Amino acid sequence: MRILDKRRSNLGLTLVAALVVLPFVPLVLWTFAGEWRFPDLLPSEWSLRGVRYLLEPGGKVVSATLTSLLIGVSVALASVVVGLPAGMALGGYEWRFKGVVIFFILLPILVPPLASTMGIHLTFIRLGLADTVFGVFLVHLVPTVPYTAIILTSVFAERTGELEEAARTLGANPWQAFVHVTLPEVAPGVAVAGLFAFLISWGQYILTLLIGGGNVVTLPMLLFSAASGNDPVHTSALALVFAVPAILALIVALRFLKPGESGGGRGFLGLGKVS
Amino acid sequence: MRNSSSARLELQSLSHSYARGDEPALSELSLTVEPGELVALLGPSGCGKTTALKLVAGLLRPTAGDVLVNGHSVVGTPPEKREAAMVFQKSLLFPHMSVEANVGFGLRMRRVSREEASEKVKEALRRVRMEGFADRKPDELSGGQQQRVALARALVTGPRLLLLDEPLSALDANLREEMRGLIKRLQREGGYTTVFVTHDQEEAVILADRIALIFDGKLQMYDRPEAFYDRPVNRAAARFFGATNFIEGHAENGSVKTRLGELKLQSPARPGEVTLTIRPEAVRIEGGENSFPVRVASATFLGTQVHYTLEAHDTSLRAALPPHVRLAVGDEVTARLPAESLWAIEG
Repeated sequence: MRILDKRRSNLGLTLVAALVVLPFVPLVLWTFAGEWRFPDLLPSEWSLRGVRYLLEPGGKVVSATLTSLLIGVSVALASVVVGLPAGMALGGYEWRFKGVVIFFILLPILVPPLASTMGIHLTFIRLGLADTVFGVFLVHLVPTVPYTAIILTSVFAERTGELEEAARTLGANPWQAFVHVTLPEVAPGVAVAGLFAFLISWGQYILTLLIGGGNVVTLPMLLFSAASGNDPVHTSALALVFAVPAILALIVALRFLKPGESGGGRGFLGLGKVS
Repeated sequence: MRNSSSARLELQSLSHSYARGDEPALSELSLTVEPGELVALLGPSGCGKTTALKLVAGLLRPTAGDVLVNGHSVVGTPPEKREAAMVFQKSLLFPHMSVEANVGFGLRMRRVSREEASEKVKEALRRVRMEGFADRKPDELSGGQQQRVALARALVTGPRLLLLDEPLSALDANLREEMRGLIKRLQREGGYTTVFVTHDQEEAVILADRIALIFDGKLQMYDRPEAFYDRPVNRAAARFFGATNFIEGHAENGSVKTRLGELKLQSPARPGEVTLTIRPEAVRIEGGENSFPVRVASATFLGTQVHYTLEAHDTSLRAALPPHVRLAVGDEVTARLPAESLWAIEG
C-alpha cells in the first residue's frame, strides 16, 4: 500500500514538474532555432542568433536587464525597510484601530493600479519624477509595500517576544535585543518578503510604462515590444531571461520556507510550521 | 561566577494590573529577600507570582508600589541595567546561536573582552556540566540540557539577583530532581539572592529558605518552610500544604470546645471563634488527652502509608498512618489529636 502511495505521489510530482517545465521547451527551442518551419517537429537549422541578441555589447537587452535589476533590488530593499516596522507594529502589538490601519495598508492592492497611477502620474510630472528611474522605483513600491507589510505581519505575529525578554534580562538594551535576537530570528521571513517585492517589481509592465513613459526601459518593456513584433527567436530569448530570476527566487524561497526545519525555518509565509 | 555583590531585595506594596480597570494580577505584595537568600513565590497558576517576578526583572512596570535593590528603587531602571538574570520555564535559548554564544550573550552585551568572556563561558559551562556542548545548537540538546545552559547563561555575568520562573516544570521527574540539586548548589556557592517561582509545594519546601504563598494576587503567608506545616496562618495556607483537617470551635480558658469534645492546645488560642487544624499524619489511634471514639469510614493503601477517613459526631477527619496500624472500614477505635500538633487558625 505504502509503496503504491509513494509511486502515486511520485507520479503526481512528475506531472506537476512537467506542467512547469513543458512551456519552457518551445522557448528554449526557439531561442536556438535558425530555421523552424511548419510542420517540422524540431528546428531544421540551429543558430546562436538569439544568444547574440541577448549578449550584444552595449545592446538594449543588457541595459534593460540591468535597469530591471537595479529597480527590483532597490524596491525589495525599500519595501522591507518600510514593511519591517509596519509588520512589527501590526504583528507584535495590540492597539486600537489596528484593523483600519491594515485596511489602508492593503488599499493599494485592492484599488486597480491603473486608477491610482493616473493620478500619481500627474503628480510625478509636476515633481519632475515622470520618465525617471527613480519615479518608476517609487511607483513600484505601491503594490510591493502592502505585500511585504502583510508577510512580515504574519512573521511577527508568530513571535511571542519571550526571547527578547530573556535578552533584556541578560543585559541587552531594546536595540541590542532587536539586532541580536529579533533580526536573526525573522531573517528568513524578511528574505521571503524581499523576494516577493523583487518579483512583483521585476514583472511590472503597466506601472513602468505609465511612469517611465518609454524612457525607462525594463525587461518587460522589451518583451512586450518583441512579442508584438514578429521575431519569435528574440521573444523566446527574452522570455527565458525574464523567467530566470523568478525561478531562482522560487528555489531560494523554498529553501527558507522548508517546513519542519527548526531554528531558522519558518512555516509558509512565517505562518507557523505545519506538523 | 562568584558573586561579590549579593543584593537585598525589597518589594513594597507592589501592585500590577495588566489593563486599566482590570482586577489586579498582583496587589500590595510586600516582602524582603535578604542577600544570598532563596525565596520561593508559591501559588497556583494565575495567582500573580510570575507577574511579581517580571516586575522585579523590569519586564513589567508596577501600577503601584516599589522595588528596592540594596535600598534603591529600581522601578525606573530598564531590565538590562538591573543585573537581574532570569531563567524561564522554557529555556528560551537563542536558536540561531551556539551554546557558547548563548552563554556568552550577556558578556557580549556588556562588552567584556573576548578572552575574558571565553574563560567565563567555559567556567560557566563546566559548572552546569555542559562543557562538551559549547559548539552545539540549542535544538540539538535535550530539555534538561537546554535548561542547564539557560542557567549558565543567567549566572555567567554574576547577577545581583537570580530570578527563576518555574525552571523545572517543563522537565520530567528524574531530571527535575537533578536540576533542583544543581540550582541549589550553584545558588549556595554563588550566594545569589534568588526568587524562585513555582506552583509545586514540594519543590518550594526543598529549595527555599523562605516561602511566600500567594493566592489571588495577595500574599497569604511568608515564612520558613516548616512554618507552613506547623503553624499555617489560614485555611488556604494549611490546605496548600496538605493539612486537610479543619475543626471549628470556641476557645476559652486555654482549651477549645468543639463537636469532638474539649480539645487542649499546647499554645493556647486567643478566646473566641477559632478553626483548629491538624495534619493527617499527626492523628494517633490511641487513648489519652484529646481522644474520642471514631468510626473508620474509608481506607486507602498507599504503600508507605494508609490514608483513613475517620468519622465522629458528623465530623470527618483524615489520618495518614503507618501500614502496621491495621484498621478495617467499619472499625470503632479511639483517635487522639496530640495537643502539640493542633494549631489554631483565627476566625
